[in-house]
Amino acid sequence: MSNPLKINPQELKEEIVKDYSAKVARKRSKQIVLSQAKEKGEVPEIMANVRTIPGIITQRGCTYAGCKGVVLGPTRDILNITHGPVGCGYYSWLTRRNQTLPDSDDDANFMTYCFTTDMQENEIVFGGEKKLKKAVQEAYDLFKPKAIGIFSTCPVGLIGDDVHAVAKEMKEKLGINVFGFSCEGYKGVSQSAGHHIANNQLFKHVIGLDDRVSPAKYKINLLGEYNIGGDAFEIEELLKECGIELISTFSGNSTYGRFANSHTADLNTVMCYRSINYVADMMHKKYGIPWIKVNFTGAAATAKSLQKIAAYFGDQKLIARVDRVVKEKLKAVEQAQAEIKARCQGKTAMLFVGGSRAHHYQELFREIGMKVVAAGYEFAHRDDYEGRRVLPSIKVDADSRNIEELHVEKDPDKFKPRVTEAGQKQLAEQGLNFAEYDGLIPEMEAGTLIIDDITHHETEKMIEAYKPDVFCAGIKEKYIIQKMGIPCKQLHSYDYGGPYAGFQGAVNFYREIDRMVNTRIWKFIKSPWQLSPQLIGKLGDS
Amino acid sequence: MEKTIIDRPATRNSCVLCAPLGASIVFQGIEGCLPLLHGSQGCATYIRRYLISHFREPVDIASSNFSEESAIFGGKENLKKALSNLITQYQPRLIGVASTCLSETIGDDVRAILKEYRKENQGSPLPEMVNVSTPSYHGSHWDGFWKTVLAVVTQLSSQEEPVRQRLNVFPGLVSTADLRHLREIFTDFGISFSILPDYADSLDSDAWDNYHSLHEGGTPLSEIRAMGRAEFSLDLGQALTAEDSASGYLAKNSGVTRLSCGWPVGINESDAFFRLLSRISSQPVPEKYRQERSRLLDAYYDGHKYMFGKRAVVYGSPEMVAAIVSMLKEIGVIPVFCSTADTDFAGIEERVIELRPDFLIGSSKGYQISRKTGIPLLRAGFPIHDRFGGQRELLLGYRGTQRFFDHLVNVVIAGVQDSSPGGYAYV
Ligand code: SF4
Ligand code: SF4
Repeated sequence: MSNPLKINPQELKEEIVKDYSAKVARKRSKQIVLSQAKEKGEVPEIMANVRTIPGIITQRGCTYAGCKGVVLGPTRDILNITHGPVGCGYYSWLTRRNQTLPDSDDDANFMTYCFTTDMQENEIVFGGEKKLKKAVQEAYDLFKPKAIGIFSTCPVGLIGDDVHAVAKEMKEKLGINVFGFSCEGYKGVSQSAGHHIANNQLFKHVIGLDDRVSPAKYKINLLGEYNIGGDAFEIEELLKECGIELISTFSGNSTYGRFANSHTADLNTVMCYRSINYVADMMHKKYGIPWIKVNFTGAAATAKSLQKIAAYFGDQKLIARVDRVVKEKLKAVEQAQAEIKARCQGKTAMLFVGGSRAHHYQELFREIGMKVVAAGYEFAHRDDYEGRRVLPSIKVDADSRNIEELHVEKDPDKFKPRVTEAGQKQLAEQGLNFAEYDGLIPEMEAGTLIIDDITHHETEKMIEAYKPDVFCAGIKEKYIIQKMGIPCKQLHSYDYGGPYAGFQGAVNFYREIDRMVNTRIWKFIKSPWQLSPQLIGKLGDS
Repeated sequence: MEKTIIDRPATRNSCVLCAPLGASIVFQGIEGCLPLLHGSQGCATYIRRYLISHFREPVDIASSNFSEESAIFGGKENLKKALSNLITQYQPRLIGVASTCLSETIGDDVRAILKEYRKENQGSPLPEMVNVSTPSYHGSHWDGFWKTVLAVVTQLSSQEEPVRQRLNVFPGLVSTADLRHLREIFTDFGISFSILPDYADSLDSDAWDNYHSLHEGGTPLSEIRAMGRAEFSLDLGQALTAEDSASGYLAKNSGVTRLSCGWPVGINESDAFFRLLSRISSQPVPEKYRQERSRLLDAYYDGHKYMFGKRAVVYGSPEMVAAIVSMLKEIGVIPVFCSTADTDFAGIEERVIELRPDFLIGSSKGYQISRKTGIPLLRAGFPIHDRFGGQRELLLGYRGTQRFFDHLVNVVIAGVQDSSPGGYAYV
């Protein structure tokens, strides 16, 4: 494999954008930056969360996908109805490999269903509210769910159906919780707008409805973990071993009831900052629950996250217990690391995916001696790259203005500050900072390229230049990358694998990457007659 | 493809995908063509995602990326921008523009926009551009597929072209292996032909030596242009009226004789198909296929004891369901329930529970029913995303039937074996 250090990334960047028209090149140049953060401490500004240019093929999805598919999709007992033509609902039907485990056979699980109003011309012309009401009624009659969510697709916004009015009416009529989402696909730049809308509505309509307080001592929520390939199961188990009670996950293996009760937790831990930071912030303001960034991807990161939680509660017994669990788990992990590192050391990876995974997964590669030579997100914002401190300097454009910012105030009855200011200071001294996230760029080595919303053309150029040993992306890029002879690991749906979270998950991932970068199949790409044409001769010739 | 507006109820687990998906498959099957969906980017992304999970191949579909503003004021500017960017980046030979529910609801006149674009860019080399109207509130992915075949032929074929092929073939949504088999058969009969669409190479391609930004393979544009000069058009599957089909259009406008037969699955339908080719080519059926027929018959004799009297539920495209049902009847299997677009999976599930068939035949989407009821599912059609190689399952011809029949018998044998208390190892 080529030595990445020989590449001049600045020149490569220029070479990449020169194939675009001047206007496109100007825009893309701002979305491709060179990291120097580690050495100079400077975090360069990157352009992110801006519209993809028409005709540039993007991996991004739509607002609806982020709302219905990502955030609400993994909750098993909210019955989700897609209001729109048949396709949008169909395509978001169980495609994300998020798992769920109902407590018993009688527990509701609607995840295997895809409900859609399947709008026809009639509704497009005359409005679809009537059909929507009928669909809600039908779904209720058949399944008697605790809650129903209604999701708007593009045409709905246009014909002006008021899903919120329908939700309100049906809520009163049926006596269950019914709420709508104005998550029309065109509303935002990417699925990220849909995350925000989902956050808002969950906060408005579900969180805080059930005030029963569990007697457990250490109660937390896990935010931004979607149980792809069973990740959340892995984390649930770990927390249990440590004696930490998980009130609710947003939203892997979650239920409506747990959401409703989540404001009784004493700490919010945030995995995927991009998709759920709004809920974390709003819960802090309204209920006084602070949040910290955690990362259960990578063994060391998992250990650190557990220790952070223990430090927050500050109970020596808990701290000792967590240390015990961590120590024991790390033993097995280190053994696997040593074995696999021997085969993977020095190999290279690129990660272009999601809104947090391109950052989190670097941990795992580092742990087996691999180098990340370039990375970027699909739908992140500047704060995911440069850290949360840039939030005030992010310009609010028309697309962001489109998404409602909820005005949140202290709840007069339910607000309960969890830490005093003095306590907060003390924790900060131990390195535990609330509401903080440093982003991806500071973690990238100097000279690496960071590319936002990478295009096909750029992917091709990057692969040509670096020939990485593995490329992490999603299913849409997977086969094009593999056509170029580079194995692609899907980090959206894990390629039928997982879990990769926690300690056992880390080992699973090391093994998977080991298999991918050390398999022989990639060496067959050139046939013997292509490698040495002189071999072609007659049998018997000497 | 005007349909009477029916009052469709809300759907639980739909059996159909949306119309631009069908359009995208057709565009993928044309040489140097890039599909462009006029609407929000989500539709293109979702459709790519779905096609890729079935074909396990790169699938590029562009979008005009509507924002809220374009949703309100129309997407003309976005579409023009998209065209220009596609042309500079990919230099496609054809851009196939399909509308989505959003642009249809707004009422964008894509044809007029394309015309305007051509005018504005007079003098610079432009690719061909074809447009098709594919609102999904007005048709399934099958409708989108056929509408696009019709649009391509209507907009590209011309009387002025030199004669290229004798036979135009419109096979419908068959597998890539089916397409290759069809090519082989026509070649063996010595008939010059053109298949539209032909995604055998573009959606089931080999490992690449060099990177190419556009798919390789696909029906050559020169052949599509010359379709009006052919002698015959052949539709596989008989679900289309003359009005809705490219063959009907060519018959009416260019006097190309329109022929149609069902998908050649089973002895009867395959016989009809081969007889037709024999007539077109004035050649006897090649020995190779006579042997394949005979081998299939022999397999029927041997396997029939496992199959006779078994009961099946079949779902999928109208063409496929009709073909499979006709084959099942040959071997004594009773199709107790069939569904094309009219029943959703919730409806099929109810019927399956009530009828307790011996097996199900259809796409991966029936897996939940199979899992719940313990009734085996033989995967056929589109989409197959939970088995490997679903894009190249051969179904057509004696050979395809043979493969399908073998699989089917094995599904039954496996069932007998697994449920036998003695655990027979020799069945
Ligand atoms: S809006 Fe229409 S075209 Fe787009 S995914 Fe939905 S059904 Fe398909
Ligand atoms: S129509 Fe809108 S909501 Fe539906 S898939 Fe397309 S972009 Fe998303």
